[in-house]
Amino acid sequence: MEYKSKMSIRNLNLYYGDNHALKEINMEIRPNAVTALIGPSGCGKSTLLKTLNRMNDLVENVRIEGEVLLDGEDIYGKEVDTTVLRKKVGMVFQQPNPFPMSIYDNIAYGPRVHGIKDKKKLDAIVEESLRGAAIFEEVKDRLKKSALGLSGGQQQRICIARALAVQPEVLLMDEPTSALDPISTSKIEDLMEELKKKYTVVTVTHNMQQAVRIADDTAFFLLGELIEFGDTKSIFSYPEDKRTEDYITGRFG
Amino acid sequence: MRIKFDEQLRTLNNEMISMGNMIQKAIQDTIDAFFSQNTVKARMIMKDDELVDREQKLIENICFQLLIQQQPVAKDLRTVTAAMKMVTDMERIGDHAADIAELTIVMSKSPFMLNVEQVRRMSAETIVMLLSAVQAYVERDMEKAREVIEHDDVVDALFTEVKANLIKMMQNNPNNAEYAADLLMVSKYLERIGDHATNIAEWVIFSCSPENPQKNKYD
Repeated sequence: MEYKSKMSIRNLNLYYGDNHALKEINMEIRPNAVTALIGPSGCGKSTLLKTLNRMNDLVENVRIEGEVLLDGEDIYGKEVDTTVLRKKVGMVFQQPNPFPMSIYDNIAYGPRVHGIKDKKKLDAIVEESLRGAAIFEEVKDRLKKSALGLSGGQQQRICIARALAVQPEVLLMDEPTSALDPISTSKIEDLMEELKKKYTVVTVTHNMQQAVRIADDTAFFLLGELIEFGDTKSIFSYPEDKRTEDYITGRFG
Repeated sequence: MRIKFDEQLRTLNNEMISMGNMIQKAIQDTIDAFFSQNTVKARMIMKDDELVDREQKLIENICFQLLIQQQPVAKDLRTVTAAMKMVTDMERIGDHAADIAELTIVMSKSPFMLNVEQVRRMSAETIVMLLSAVQAYVERDMEKAREVIEHDDVVDALFTEVKANLIKMMQNNPNNAEYAADLLMVSKYLERIGDHATNIAEWVIFSCSPENPQKNKYD
């Protein structure tokens, strides 16, 4: 079936100094779908995730060749404002990292940076974002309390709500559940199912079963190369490349 | 890497082969007992069906352990799911052997009343199918598995012939109806054994095939 890609990665090469960390990557990220990036440590999956909203710009000695398109526009173009880009392409990290401030201020932070001052408007955004991250009911009576007092799973959902507050189009998640217990993990996975209705989700995971559960498409990386990319069901039932089969069945990695 | 996982898969494979051998022997003994009207042997076969049932439970347990502990994917997952399906077919083959053994006892009260050559041929073809299906599993031989699937038509055609003759026999002499009905049951069990052998062969292909045979089929 033909579809318009939300993001396209074309002939992407990335070097950390002399280290060729990503080699000729070509990928199409489907809109309103969850794409999982899998592979052993050091295979380049997190590096690739960071190229999707130019988080790698902050790394010294990094050199990037090729194109990353968001709705057909190269995000590495000269005129691109990274603040605007990162508003469109939000990120959630492995360790929940709420700011040391109230729950409310955590969520309102982004919108305030982008110039929203109106209290009513901010209230609405905070509530909507917390609801979007399936945490509103749990925290609605303690919005003015510190986000650091929440459990790990709740903190992670606060971070997702914070990312949603600036109304992104794409949500990047770097092992968003690896620091969480099974119940919180399950909540985040359910949430991802919901999130893809409105957003495009790209996630890195080390948990094969999680990829099977949540991802529509899965990409397998090894030593900086994209080995296999396709719909998750095919990858996990009939992988085409022996290296994919060996990795997902636990023969290495 | 994955030492325990591979060991569990080896155990599964060994038990599958063992169950395959059990049902092969059961069917061969059943056919022998039937044509020699050996009721002692028939009783033994009926009793030994318990062992087949027990083996099925053992293999199902191994599969559950594998699913819970290893959460297999790709080829490993296909191996385990295919094993779970195959043991059901093998267990049914064991049941049908016991069913024929039971009829052997019923029918031993009088000598064979009609030429049983056709049934003999049918049983020989069924045994070939079953032996090949088990061998296809042991050797992971997809070509052999395909042969088994094709061979099912031979057994089906023989069953149709046997059935037509038995109907004629009942029409010609209604006194023979009970006998003919029993023989028809024996033939039907043989035909069902052929179907289960076909299923086993299909699961061999499912677990060995490097690509999805259903690919694009339901897209």
